[in-house]
Amino acid sequence: MSALTFTLKYKPAQRVDLSPLVCNQLAGLSLAEIGAILLQSGKLKLRVDELFTIEGSDTQDIVINNSTDNLDFIGKELDGGRISVNGDAGAYLAFGLKAGEIKVSGNVGLYAACEMKKGYLEVSGNAGDFLGAALPGNKMGMKGGTILIKGNVGERAGDHMRRGNILIEGNAGDYCGSRMTAGTIAVMGQTGRYLGYAMRRGTLLLWNQPNLSASFNDCGAHTLAFLPILFASFKSLNSRFADASIAFNRVQRYAGDMSEMGRGEVLVKL
Amino acid sequence: MIINGVTIDATFAEAFPMKATRAIITAQNEKWAMISAQAMTGFATSVIACGCEGAIERVMDPSETPDGRPGVAIMIFAMGGKGLAKQLETRAGQCVLTSPTSALFSGIDGGIRIPLGKNLRYFGDGFQVSKQISGKRYWRIPVMDGEFLTEATTGQVDAIGGGNFLVLAESQPQALAACEAAIDEMRKIPNVIMPFPGGVVRSGSKVGSKYKTLGASTNDAFCPTLKGMTKTDLSPEIESVMEIVIDGLTKEDIDKAMRVGIQAVCDLGANNGIKRISAGNYGGKLGPFHFHLQEIMA
Repeated sequence: MSALTFTLKYKPAQRVDLSPLVCNQLAGLSLAEIGAILLQSGKLKLRVDELFTIEGSDTQDIVINNSTDNLDFIGKELDGGRISVNGDAGAYLAFGLKAGEIKVSGNVGLYAACEMKKGYLEVSGNAGDFLGAALPGNKMGMKGGTILIKGNVGERAGDHMRRGNILIEGNAGDYCGSRMTAGTIAVMGQTGRYLGYAMRRGTLLLWNQPNLSASFNDCGAHTLAFLPILFASFKSLNSRFADASIAFNRVQRYAGDMSEMGRGEVLVKL
Repeated sequence: MIINGVTIDATFAEAFPMKATRAIITAQNEKWAMISAQAMTGFATSVIACGCEGAIERVMDPSETPDGRPGVAIMIFAMGGKGLAKQLETRAGQCVLTSPTSALFSGIDGGIRIPLGKNLRYFGDGFQVSKQISGKRYWRIPVMDGEFLTEATTGQVDAIGGGNFLVLAESQPQALAACEAAIDEMRKIPNVIMPFPGGVVRSGSKVGSKYKTLGASTNDAFCPTLKGMTKTDLSPEIESVMEIVIDGLTKEDIDKAMRVGIQAVCDLGANNGIKRISAGNYGGKLGPFHFHLQEIMA
């Protein structure tokens, strides 16, 4: 069976909600039935076959070609299977992802992997603000799984994050790891201001010394036994994180945010 | 059956169902991993009074351990899951948590999950940190030498305890030398432990006693000094008997360990004073697992 492929015919004028096009919702449908699904676009409803050329049959392996940054909610609550996006993706990519794998070759917008529960998201380009965060007003962001961003991320990455890994090969914007409850965010590049703002628990693992707030206290230099295990878990990724030569276990440990619970940590490579 | 002048008795070892688990202890070097493992498996020779049977299974190369440091795999066996969990947790807390530079990991991925470091985390007094990596939960507990890293749970599986054989020799040094040779070979077999000191027990027991409070007492039929006083199982030339007890995860594992052990004893042969190999049983009425010596050596 070949992958079920949606090739965008033209860039829509309005944003389009692609949430119906996930493996678990398309299972058992014919191409005609899939083509007849209505997608919300502004106040319009567009048929899938009006927007996309549809080919292939494997609903558990979806490919979206020519994707643009106004296709929102790609892979919403995906519960198994695989989605490959060739091009950019809009906001709320992998929203509430439950299981399965989503890969994007370009950049992604706001709230990627928002409230993600499990599974794997890989973005070859950059990600917008609120990566792996909670929806505004909600208290629980990403709850599990792994996000790999090969480029840079915007502000508030991991806001209210509770569990899982966010791996960033590039730079992270301001407020990275803000209000984190737990989990791990690793940043190979530079980090912005207010790192770990109001974080309660969790780990921010950094390759470069950040500009830390006064509410983070230096706990000294340490060799931590869990780091080799953490790095070993990245071995299978298609990423610089999988490279054994970048792994380390010697870090400077900062505890914070002391203006909150203060059980979080910023670990900086030594 | 006679192998190299050693008579293999037409008898069998009788063994019992047990619950078992494995843990991996790592440390800065093999010396400290071994110290910790020895402490954790100390006073664990027999369920009769120790609450469990435990021993070091093998030394692990850094490439085999979860954290890439030198390690030692230990196994603990108990009559029930509840007792096993209690022994494991108590021993981990007192012997591994306390041991410098140590870390503790699960040695069995499947099975019923029982607490390994799950409750030791409270020693961290709120400063402990949980990390979930590749589906496994770890606890980082701050201690005075840095951090104690432990996996939250390990696997409990069905197992077999009480596989055994007896080495009957013309002298005590010859019996011991034969048992040492057997243990050296048996330690190469995975999934088994020989829980007695150095793997060898010289005080094999029988069920019951003339004293009401004792459930087990000396196996007088195999005590050489009682040859003229009791219904002995020893011929006149036998001066010393030693036993090797084997606990293993499966019958096949114990079969294999008994085979290499008995073979090592037989390789020394009658010329080195080894006369017979026998085994301990209760007439086949108590334990469901029977290890027939001649079948194993066939």
